[in-house]
Amino acid sequence: MLEKEKLQKIRKSEDNWEKETVQEALAKFKERQEAFSYKSDDFLLDRIYTPLALRNLDYERDIGFPGEYPFTRGVQPTMYRGKLWTMRQYAGFGTAEESNRRYKYLLEKGQTGLSVAFDLPTQIGYDSDDPFAEGEVGRVGVAIDSLADMEVLFKDIPLDKVSTSMTINAPAAILLAMYIVMAEKQGVRIEQLRGTIQNDILKEYAARGTYIFPPKPSMRLITNIFEYCSRNMPKWNSISVSGYHIREAGATAVQELAFTIANGIAYVEAAIKAGMDVDDFAGRISFFFNAHNDLLEEVAKFRAARKIWAKIMRERFEAKNPRSWKLRFHTQTAGSTLTAQQPDNNIVRVTIQTLAAVFGGTQSLHTNSRDEALALPSEESARLALRTQQIVAYESGITEIVDPLAGSYYIERLTLEIEERVNAYIKKIDAMGGAVRAIENGYIQKEIADSAYTYQKEIEAGKRIVVGVNKFQEEEETTMEGLLRVDPAVGEEQVKRLLKLKESRDNVAVQNKLADLRKAAQGEENLMPYILEAVRLYATEGEICNVLREVFGKYRPVEIL
Amino acid sequence: MSENRIRVLVAKPGLDGHDRGAKVIARALRDAGMEVIYTGLRQTPEQIVSAAIQEDVDVVAMSLLSGAHNHLFPRVVELLKKKNAEDVLVIGGGIIPEEDIPYLKEKGISEIFTPGTYTGSVVEYIRNNIKRKL
Repeated sequence: MLEKEKLQKIRKSEDNWEKETVQEALAKFKERQEAFSYKSDDFLLDRIYTPLALRNLDYERDIGFPGEYPFTRGVQPTMYRGKLWTMRQYAGFGTAEESNRRYKYLLEKGQTGLSVAFDLPTQIGYDSDDPFAEGEVGRVGVAIDSLADMEVLFKDIPLDKVSTSMTINAPAAILLAMYIVMAEKQGVRIEQLRGTIQNDILKEYAARGTYIFPPKPSMRLITNIFEYCSRNMPKWNSISVSGYHIREAGATAVQELAFTIANGIAYVEAAIKAGMDVDDFAGRISFFFNAHNDLLEEVAKFRAARKIWAKIMRERFEAKNPRSWKLRFHTQTAGSTLTAQQPDNNIVRVTIQTLAAVFGGTQSLHTNSRDEALALPSEESARLALRTQQIVAYESGITEIVDPLAGSYYIERLTLEIEERVNAYIKKIDAMGGAVRAIENGYIQKEIADSAYTYQKEIEAGKRIVVGVNKFQEEEETTMEGLLRVDPAVGEEQVKRLLKLKESRDNVAVQNKLADLRKAAQGEENLMPYILEAVRLYATEGEICNVLREVFGKYRPVEIL
Repeated sequence: MSENRIRVLVAKPGLDGHDRGAKVIARALRDAGMEVIYTGLRQTPEQIVSAAIQEDVDVVAMSLLSGAHNHLFPRVVELLKKKNAEDVLVIGGGIIPEEDIPYLKEKGISEIFTPGTYTGSVVEYIRNNIKRKL
């Protein structure tokens, strides 16, 4: 039978099934809802999906094979049969000593990569003694003022063996420079270093908030890092284009992909404009996505992401090296889905989200801790979160074949649907003049805020169930014991350390290097070498950022409600 | 008519960039008929108080997820007092551990709303507890 005839026959049978079998069942009992949609978008779901859903799909063109274009089934030919994902828990709080202890604890428990959380003053370029830093030092991450703190943070951690991810954006160049010099002092050469610097300013403007400078000089710093890394750090990811925070701020799954990929396009364009060849840097671009509870939608989202990016890199930017086409990504489970009510329920949510990330083919994963709607994770909760990954990796069996959900009529249909919707958004953003413009005019922020508000209204109207919040509540909430508290004395301790550093270093030499940096910033040169020189002499992050703030100015956001 | 509407300043003190909650609350208050002014990110207590006075608000609603609440929330109440504006209702929300709430209330923050709060309860709280006569 011809393919077309086969499909016609299936259509006929499906019609009969609807009219007879389904109607008969509905006459006895109705469905739970009038209509079902996938939760984060308005896409109405059919009751079942059949080969008809895939009639426009071409296996070789749209799905293909793992490790081959368009990578829908994964970036590696053998995926987790070859190597499991990197288990990388985002951690850091208080002083460098405390965080160093937590890293060693996590490594000892079987974690395979590090991920550094910096405190807000570090992320926004203020030293711990700056008035803006008051009350914030060491709170949401570790306080790093200079190379001296970085040396303590990684003391006795073998950087030639462990890869490190650093969540730092506006001042990424400075923290990367500190990492390079610190590793060098440990005897690890720059070309051996493996890891990722987040270096994604656009999502800071759109969703996360730790911006410093306006878009133009920020994009310059980013391309400076691209260029420096492409020459000196072959194993280092020079950016992690992040949808995670866009989703956390309220975006839907489709918006998460669309805005992230639009940002990715903007970075590629900026680097090309700065004179780089696309294949010189594109292979070191990595991504970072969110994993929510809606398991199948998330799996389809990850699969669609790879396919969309591969096409953009190959067709739009004409990259030649297959490495440049591959979308490699880190995943973090969704913090915004965690509830303060009945916190142990969060362990189950995180497990579902872990499955989504693994079915979706993630390269590394952070699993959130059950207590994160209440505080930073305690040691026990952090261990449990890591154990969740280990159980999925070693006991669930889903790592033994590649892309096991491929071929599901629903998964393939949804993958295609997400791809189409994302491309429609990207087209719209292109028409506005690209992601930078779409952020400057507030379009992306407005889209995210609209979705966040809709989501909240759905919860309050009972249209969206959150167990323990709007259904199955407990009269008496049990309070969680052993929450982590950051010692308020951390701030004072850190300030003392900083003052001592400033007394012991060669201040004249530091001032000279800062003057050199200022001059370079006023010109067009790559700033990485200047920042490295300053950092080496223990110039502080705040001092370097102050120079750049003077030259570049500060970003003034548009506030859109 | 409009002079009878409750005026609220939704504020983000400190360096924290998580503004999903603040924006959702701001919209919900606006939909409930209040006049809402949103400060945007990274406001010092001084900036928040000066905006509150300038905009002549009845309520200051602060959102903070960075853990600096014990430091920043009471400072806003203090500064309002200094400006003879203690009749402004001050409320807060965010990731705030249960054990910090008594301290914050003692310092003059009237109510603390933690994750899972319905926007409707914030609206109701404001309507029932507003200190100024409209």
